Amino acid sequence: MTVKVKFFASMRETLNQSELDIDSSQASTVADVWQIAAGDLPMPENTVCAVNQTHAGLTHPVADGDEVAFFPPVTGG
Amino acid sequence: MNRGPVSRSLAKKRNDPSLAQTRVAIDNADSNSPAADKNTVPEPTDNVQIRPGPFDPWQLTQQFQESRLTSGEFGATASFVGTMRDFNENDDVQAMTLEHYPGMTESQLQAIIDDAQQQWPLLQSLIVHRVGDITPGDPIVLVVCWSAHRAAAFDACRFLMEALKSRAPFWKKETLTDNSQRWVEKNTDGHSPAAN
Repeated sequence: MTVKVKFFASMRETLNQSELDIDSSQASTVADVWQIAAGDLPMPENTVCAVNQTHAGLTHPVADGDEVAFFPPVTGG
Repeated sequence: MNRGPVSRSLAKKRNDPSLAQTRVAIDNADSNSPAADKNTVPEPTDNVQIRPGPFDPWQLTQQFQESRLTSGEFGATASFVGTMRDFNENDDVQAMTLEHYPGMTESQLQAIIDDAQQQWPLLQSLIVHRVGDITPGDPIVLVVCWSAHRAAAFDACRFLMEALKSRAPFWKKETLTDNSQRWVEKNTDGHSPAAN
């Protein structure tokens, strides 16, 4: 019963990790996943979230086996 | 037709040390970056190509066009090439690292192409984006649209580029000339008023 959590770019550096697994029985939404994975760190205001590689809001539900990612605004191109 | 200068030019290219260096740079990128796994290096016929090594936008355009389009079917080709500058926000920049979210990047770019195809009568679209360590002058992004008439090619090319900028998960980290590093926090506005 796990959710895979990924952090990218400045968020990966701030949290000093790129990827971890959390116990999904403790998380029902994206916001819950952040709280478990990021500990005490408040979520930066402009954070972008994705569930299974699709953009998602903080109230988006998560389930066993999901991949949840957090990252700053994108700057490609 | 006089082929002499062409042959000399090709011979010169084969012996050009700067080209050999480029080859080394590709090999380094392949061995150092997990995103550069050989399995993930795209084919030149793919609509979406994430490239861990240097690429030639003109060569890739030609390769894609020759393999995916039929001569005579298209009347308009619009392309955009984004190249790394050596300055940003009044600072000199000596290098940049492009990070991305493998998997989501490809699916977002494909979704952007699908959106464009819903809106314009496109024959084909190509998006190529560099990842990894780059230096000023390196191409970062290539967007090309082929259509029967120019309106669709122009408009869809602009749409793809702006959508990529706002939706595709890439991040830039700059290295300034004093070796300090900083993340690029936001993109510039892609729309400017016409000059008078």
